[in-house]
Amino acid sequence: MSILRTEKLSLTYGKGTPFEKKAVNDVNIEINEGEVIGIIGHTGSGKSSLVQMLNGLFKPTEGTVYFDGQDIFANPKELRKIRFNIGLVFQYPENQLFEETVAKDIAFGPKNMGLSDAEINEKVKRAARFAGLREELLERSPFDLSGGEKRRAAIAGVIAMEPKVLILDEPTAGLDPLGKDVLLSQIEAYHKESGNTVLLVSHNMEDIARISDRVLVMNNSEMVMFDTPSNVFSRVSELKAIGLRIPEITEITLKLKDAGVPIPAGVLTVEDAFKELCKLINKGGNIDA
Amino acid sequence: MRDITLGQYFPSNGVLHKLDARTKILFLVAFIVLIFCSFNFYALGLVAAFTMVIVLLSKVPVKMFLKSLKTIILIVVITSVLNLFYGTGEPIFEWWIFSVTLDGIFNAIFVTVRIICLVVVSSALTFTTSPTDMTDGLERLMKPLTVFHISVHEIAMMMTIALRFVPTLLEETDKIMSAQKARGADMESGNLIKRIKALIPVLVPLFVSSFRRAYDLAMAMECRCYRGGKGRTRLKQMHFTKKDAGALVVMIFLTAGVVLCDIFL
Amino acid sequence: MNQIDVKDLVFTYESLEEIQQNICDYVINGVSLTVKKGEFLSVIGHNGSGKSTLSKHFNAILLPTGGKVYVEGMDTLDEDKCYDIRRKVGLVLQNPDNQLVASIVEEDVAFGPENLGVEPKEIRKRVDEALKAVGMYEYRTFAPHKLSGGQKQRVAIAGILAMKPDCIVLDEPTAMLDPKGREEVLNAIHTLNKEHGITIVLITHNMDEAVTSDRVIVMDGGKILTEGTPKDVFSQVELLKKHRLDVPQSTELCYKLRAYGVDIKELPLNIDECVSTLKEVLL
Repeated sequence: MSILRTEKLSLTYGKGTPFEKKAVNDVNIEINEGEVIGIIGHTGSGKSSLVQMLNGLFKPTEGTVYFDGQDIFANPKELRKIRFNIGLVFQYPENQLFEETVAKDIAFGPKNMGLSDAEINEKVKRAARFAGLREELLERSPFDLSGGEKRRAAIAGVIAMEPKVLILDEPTAGLDPLGKDVLLSQIEAYHKESGNTVLLVSHNMEDIARISDRVLVMNNSEMVMFDTPSNVFSRVSELKAIGLRIPEITEITLKLKDAGVPIPAGVLTVEDAFKELCKLINKGGNIDA
Repeated sequence: MRDITLGQYFPSNGVLHKLDARTKILFLVAFIVLIFCSFNFYALGLVAAFTMVIVLLSKVPVKMFLKSLKTIILIVVITSVLNLFYGTGEPIFEWWIFSVTLDGIFNAIFVTVRIICLVVVSSALTFTTSPTDMTDGLERLMKPLTVFHISVHEIAMMMTIALRFVPTLLEETDKIMSAQKARGADMESGNLIKRIKALIPVLVPLFVSSFRRAYDLAMAMECRCYRGGKGRTRLKQMHFTKKDAGALVVMIFLTAGVVLCDIFL
Repeated sequence: MNQIDVKDLVFTYESLEEIQQNICDYVINGVSLTVKKGEFLSVIGHNGSGKSTLSKHFNAILLPTGGKVYVEGMDTLDEDKCYDIRRKVGLVLQNPDNQLVASIVEEDVAFGPENLGVEPKEIRKRVDEALKAVGMYEYRTFAPHKLSGGQKQRVAIAGILAMKPDCIVLDEPTAMLDPKGREEVLNAIHTLNKEHGITIVLITHNMDEAVTSDRVIVMDGGKILTEGTPKDVFSQVELLKKHRLDVPQSTELCYKLRAYGVDIKELPLNIDECVSTLKEVLL
């Protein structure tokens, strides 16, 4: 059964006023347990509003969200509990750090769940390990960490609640290439180890191509595609029309294909492109190797 | 989502928008004095009529004025009701311990009209003057105070920066609150102490980021050669135009009118 | 005369005592470079490589612990020249929200010239020109918080431009922007470089931004790792990978193929170059 399902999910700001604006319009999706979903779309396409409805921070004006078959908006009093199951990491999450030590900050979520100290402790340690934070950092002030560490500490604060679904809004924004790489590997490892569902909102198509099982494309507050990354990134002209890029490597292989090189569409990583090209070259035999 | 327009500036090309901010501020001060110096119905009528002229001249939708009146409606009702019952003289209506006199009715009307005029004219100033013009105008009007070692420029600069950053900080507060809610923070229930405690996870990050912003901004200002008010010129020059002179003449006539009404009618 | 000359620059945030005892961390540890007039220079490197600290030396926001920085021949340690230097070399920071002072776009752009005591009429002219140069003229009466990140950053650039600088240093101006904002800002600075002859120093950790510049300097651990044209720098794939820096995917693919034995002479830097290189090999 799907872990997360939406039905006619819509959100309109300022309904009934002259400033009425549709942020999300009629989104119907089903996400399975353990999937990694990439969400792309330019700024203002509705992806932020969408993910904030998925964990109940925004109440939809129409439609609803089902978590594990249960309507999350059915009982407003239970919404807080739902958020423990559907963790949302905001953009620039390091801006939410506030405790004296990293450990205390990570413990904020579990504490709100009303767990015992022993349980909290264990969860903090696990989350810190998932986020790749060395143990000695836990007793430091979060404000003394480096940029990348701060980011991972903040993400650990959400992971610590051990949500069934983890949503990350632009987790790598503003990090340097090394920081990006480390964080993305950490997310991949977390997914592999916990087997939980991960939703990743990003502008970085290379990241999306690297880790997603399926990609959801938002445009003009509507969902326009929801398919495997290979299929989505093969629809170049459609993506370009709505102002989205495709991974550089995908574009290269597609251009080669157009030029008559027999290479499959939807190559997503440099590694795959390299393998495909090697196959061709070996077949052609015009190489001395 | 949240639309914060501080000072409620409403851009349009009305004649009031074109007046110098200093003229408008002085005008407002003088007008407030006049409002409270109108002792009879003729004087008050004159002031009220002039208030309406200002509304028309501002070219700001009447709805906006009504909106600003809405916020003080409770004060108006309470003060006018109090005035209604505290009049002296022959009661014309009595019920239990309450008695309404003609004097009371007059007082109530006076107070109501005065408050409404006050709010409408002050709103007219904020509607037709951009926040920056306002701080500019205040800075220049207060210039003589530098004699008393008051740092007028620095105060005005702080006001400018505050105006600039209020919307940014409100937006940020919103974001941090959402982020903490996503971690299960409960800000809606519990007693007062519990609620204040629940604000710590919002206030600490807000302070931290404000300090970072302040540090950045200071550096950005240094990069742009800021070194206090000395030797600074301004993009927008404030000139007293014929319109401003006209406004002053109008003010003089109005004052004369109110004084004459007070004395002779 | 060069725009900027940096000679054996050493910098630490720590105190004199610690320097004497030789127990401090040097953020910049012996950097010499020149920025030529009119060029588009990119400085790349990880966070903590010293690239951002270096950029703040270019307009006397930070002063050298050791060595010298000259801006158009003026020593940044000369206090009397401080404002002349800052007028010649403008600095745009990373966070677009934190560098706008006024609550109306045109008044913010006017802030620099106002501080310099420029005549009001001339300020008006400069503000209009600067806003037009970055394509933000239609937004001159907007409040900054109504603008997108890319627009705010362009206003910040206009604010520097209105001081009529010879050189603009941008410290990771696109790090906090979405792809559209990034493109807007990059287009704006390329236009300033090409059409207005303004020297640009772009600090970035985005390799594809560096690819389009005239010259690239790679910083690592407070030192210059390598420098040269984008072609020279990015063909050193191994060196960059060793320091865990990115190379464009085009370059990486062809580098791998070359290592595999495919005959590729010059490594491509962008998609089009890569496609034509590969077409030659494959077809």
